[in-house]
Formats: sequence, C-alpha cells, structure tokens
Amino acid sequence: MSAASTPSMHMAGGTDRLYARRRITNAVATSFAVATALAGLFFLGWILWTLVSRAVAGLDWQLFTGMTPPPMQEGGLLNAFFGSAVMCALAIAIGTPLGMAAGTWLSEYGHARKAAMVVRFVNDILLSAPSIVLGLFVYSLVVMGSGGRFSALAGAIALAFIVLPVVVRTTDEMLRLVPVQMREAALSLGVPQWKVTVQVLYRSAAGGIVTGILLALARISGETAPLLFTAFGNQYWNANLLEPMASVPVVIYQYAGSPYESWQQLAWAGAFVLTSFVLLCSLAARAIFLRKRISQ
Amino acid sequence: MSIDTARAAHVARGLRDTRNDRLFRRVLAATVVCVLLALSGAVLSMLWGGRDALASQSLDFFLTADWNPVEDRYGALAPIAGTLVTATIAMLLAVPVSFGIAFFLTEVAPRWLRGPFGTAIELLAAIPSIIYGMWGLFVLVPVMTEHVTPWLNDHLGGIPGIGMLFRGPPLGIGLLTAGLVLAVMVVPFISSVMREVFLAVPALLKESAYALGATRWEVVRDVVLPYTRHAVIGGIFLGLGRALGETMAVAFVVGNSVRLTPSLLEPGTTIAALIANDFGEATETYRSALLLLGFVLFVVTFVVLAIARLLLLRLSRREGTA
Repeated sequence: MSAASTPSMHMAGGTDRLYARRRITNAVATSFAVATALAGLFFLGWILWTLVSRAVAGLDWQLFTGMTPPPMQEGGLLNAFFGSAVMCALAIAIGTPLGMAAGTWLSEYGHARKAAMVVRFVNDILLSAPSIVLGLFVYSLVVMGSGGRFSALAGAIALAFIVLPVVVRTTDEMLRLVPVQMREAALSLGVPQWKVTVQVLYRSAAGGIVTGILLALARISGETAPLLFTAFGNQYWNANLLEPMASVPVVIYQYAGSPYESWQQLAWAGAFVLTSFVLLCSLAARAIFLRKRISQ
Repeated sequence: MSIDTARAAHVARGLRDTRNDRLFRRVLAATVVCVLLALSGAVLSMLWGGRDALASQSLDFFLTADWNPVEDRYGALAPIAGTLVTATIAMLLAVPVSFGIAFFLTEVAPRWLRGPFGTAIELLAAIPSIIYGMWGLFVLVPVMTEHVTPWLNDHLGGIPGIGMLFRGPPLGIGLLTAGLVLAVMVVPFISSVMREVFLAVPALLKESAYALGATRWEVVRDVVLPYTRHAVIGGIFLGLGRALGETMAVAFVVGNSVRLTPSLLEPGTTIAALIANDFGEATETYRSALLLLGFVLFVVTFVVLAIARLLLLRLSRREGTA
C-alpha cells in the first residue's frame, strides 16, 4: 500500500511544482509586460507634461504676430511659422503627384514584376532613411548646384524626399485594396484604363491616400535635420523662395540650445505649437483611416 | 452612311484611348525612373563631394581618431564609434521594453484597452525628434547629473574591466544620455512593428495552445515568437536603422566632442550629430569629410534597413501561402 502510493504522491508533488513554476513564470512575464506598458505611458505623459508646463508662460498672441527677436528681446515666431507652412505646402505639392504616380505604376502596372519588387524595396528603405542624409542629398544636388546658395526651395525639395516614399507606399497599398471586380466592371464597359484609374480607383482609394498625405505632413512639419543645410534659417521675414527661410524646428533648435532665457521660452512655446499640430495630424489621419475601414 | 460615320468615330475613339493609355503608362513609369535616378544621383553626388577627404586621408579616415579640422586631419573613428555605442545602448534597453509592450498589447491587456493604448504608443512615435532632444537636455540631463551618474560612479565604476565604462564627470550629457533618449524614441517604433507581426499569427495556432492549457507567456514563447521570429528581428533592425541615423535628439544631449573615450559618461558625438553641428560652418576639405561621413552613414543604414525589410518580407510571404 505504502509502496504503491509513494510514486503517485511523488508524481502529484512533481506536477504541483511544475504548475506552480509555470504559473510563477507566467506571472513574472505578464507583470513585466504591464510594467513596460506603464513605462511607455509614463514617458509619453512626462514628455507632454514637460512641454505643456514649460510652454504655458510663452503662449500669447505675440508668438503668432512677432518676428524672431534678437537675444533678450520680446518677439514671436511669425516668420518661422510662415516659413514652415510655405515649405511644407511646397513639399506636399512636389511629393504628392510624384508619389501618387509612382504608387499607381506599382499597383496597376508593376504588380508582382521584378522591377516593382525592387522599387517597393528601395521605397521602403527610403521611408526610414535618416533625414539628415536626405538633407545632405539635397545639399549636394541643389545647393551646391546653385553655387552654395541656401534657399527655401531646397528645403522644400528635401522635405519632398520624405513625403515621397510615404505617398508611394500608401497609394500602392490603397489601390491594391480596391477589389479587382471594380476594375473589370469599368473596363468591360469600354472605359480606357487611365480613366478607370483616375475616375474609379482614385475615388475609391481617396480616403487612404489622404491619410498618407496627412501622415507625411505630420512627419515633415517636425523635421529639423534636412532643413539645416538647405533652407538654413532666417532671422527676418522672407517670402522669396530662392532665399534662406526660417522654419519652426530650426528656430527651436537654435533657441533651445542658446543661453538666453527669452529664446528658450520661445523655443518651448514653438515646440508646444509644433507638437500639437503634429499630434492632431496623426490623430486625424487615424480617424479618417478607421472611418474608411468601418464603412467598407 | 450614318453607320459608317458612327463606325469611324468609334475606331477613332478606340485609337485615341489606346494612345492615351500608352501615354498614361509611360508617364507613370517615367516618374518611377526619375525618382530612382534622383535618389542614386544624390547618393553618388555625396560620394563625389567626399572625394577630397577620401583622397587626402585614404583609409586613415576610418581607422584613426585624430579629428583636427584646423590641421586638416580627419580620422572619423570617434563619431563612428559614438554612433555604434549610442545605438547599442538604445537597442539593449529598447528591445526588451518593446517586446513587453507588444506582449501587453496583444495578449495581456483587456480588449477595450488595446485600441487606445496602441494609439498612445503611436503618438509617442509621432512626436518630432527635436522635442525628444529638448526634453533630454532640460529634463533628463539634470536627472543624470544629480542621480544616475554619481550612482553609476559609486556602484559600477569600481568594477575592474567594465568599471571604466561608468567612470566620469557628472556632466549629464554624454553617450549614455544620448543612448537613453534614443531608447525612448525607438521603443514606439519597434513595439508597433512587433504588435503588427504578433497580430499576424493565425488565431487558430494560439487558440490551440490555450486549449492545451498553455499560459499566456507559453503561448507567446512557444507559438507567437517562433512563428514571427524573422519579422521580430526585422522590426528590431528597423529600430536600429532609426537609432543609427537619428540626429536632433542626439545633438542636444551627446556633448558634441570629437574624442574617443572609453567612458559612457563623457561627452562624445555621433556621425549625424557631428554633421548637424559642423556642416553649416565647414569649408573645403572639412565639408568634404562630413559629406563622406554622411555617405558612410547612408551605406550603413541602407544595409541595416535592407536586412530589416528582407526579414519582414519573409513573414508576409508565409502569410500569403498559409
């Protein structure tokens, strides 16, 4: 009796221990997951709180009406806001048509051909290439080509290099999501392919493409590195595209690293406005995308 | 008569449509070629801009740490090492944390929390890098000076071997701080890629494991991770590419001193930060040396990102066949 019960009791003890160990491992792993998630949230909160608490003293109307001041003087960021708006708009205007054309080629003509695979691959790499390298690209192509003159146009081209891969990718993906039956239905009515693309496919993929453009806008409006040696920066008001132009991120970079308190205050205020704009763009992009997905 | 004109109009229209179609296709293809040409032209022009430095320094450019623009000597070992060290610190910290967040978002969190929480993490990714830089300089640097650096000096500085990594003045700025800021920056990137690939695991596989009595951790370790292994590594490489090329966040906190130092607490520099700081004022050979460094950075990140994409492709291919 006792001889028979020993091994089974031993086994029961073993499985109990095994269960306990598995449960403990699981508890440790899940608490690690919860802890990391809370840490992520904590950093988001910390950064946003820093931004709000330091910017609040500098948020007034002068921020949007005054020019960038000399050290220790009152002023605002009007010329920088204007420069950022101009260069971002120009970059979107250059990057969107090119990106949509290339994305359309990938989805409608390239399909699964080798060439299309290669282009997609290069595009994906360009998507995450370091932005300072894109700035150097445009420096060596545009600025050196024009005799070393920094200009808003060069800045916009550098930003367009960032817009381009985002738009290529979203156009490609969104067009491929359009059901083949739609293309076949239109083609069978005798509509030429370019009309099918422009009037049927673009309309049906519009929401997704707009999402891509918004995401690109969110990215370029905060980019500093590609503007340093292209648009350079300008202390004064400038609306000439062939002259150096101020931009919010570059001004923030110069002012935040300066020893003057008034400049640092302006940098924080600018950073707050910039981050709010970027986060609103990203949220809007998500909202459009989600609505489209639900409506399908 | 009217039938003939109708037929003629029909034929003419068919011809016009064909011509337009061909034109449309050619314009699209030409755009693709233009974009590729512009890209390769830009890469080559960087190399061309760097030829002076390469000619005058040859291989010493990569092998010595003697960076002296005044005497026209450019040994780029310090910024190259700084780039690698800060990226390594960032990855060591960011990879486990990102994995934890992806694990939380796909298996642990209650369903209603997953959407909002995922959005919050992606917002962290959307914040411009210059904001991370400012936060690092004004908030993290004082914390490093007052608490972290003295603690590291006291507790780890005395250990033989690795101790020299943690000995240094309490400046707050330096390679370690830069690595920390980079880690905070790349976590959202890696964790959102990991979350995406974890979600690609067929529910059937996971449910089978749960039905056999597996715990959440066992499902992730024995089902999710083996299925997504390549893509997870791809996501990590994507984050690495980001950490190697990040400029603004690093430029604020790295200290910008072109000097090779064994200590992580001393100021250093990275390729991207050095270019951002000095390119505006550089002339002739100095400018050429910085362009060459930019070219090196591009080649390195290109290789890293190419590996990332190839690994990520493997998962999507499997999804296609499954």
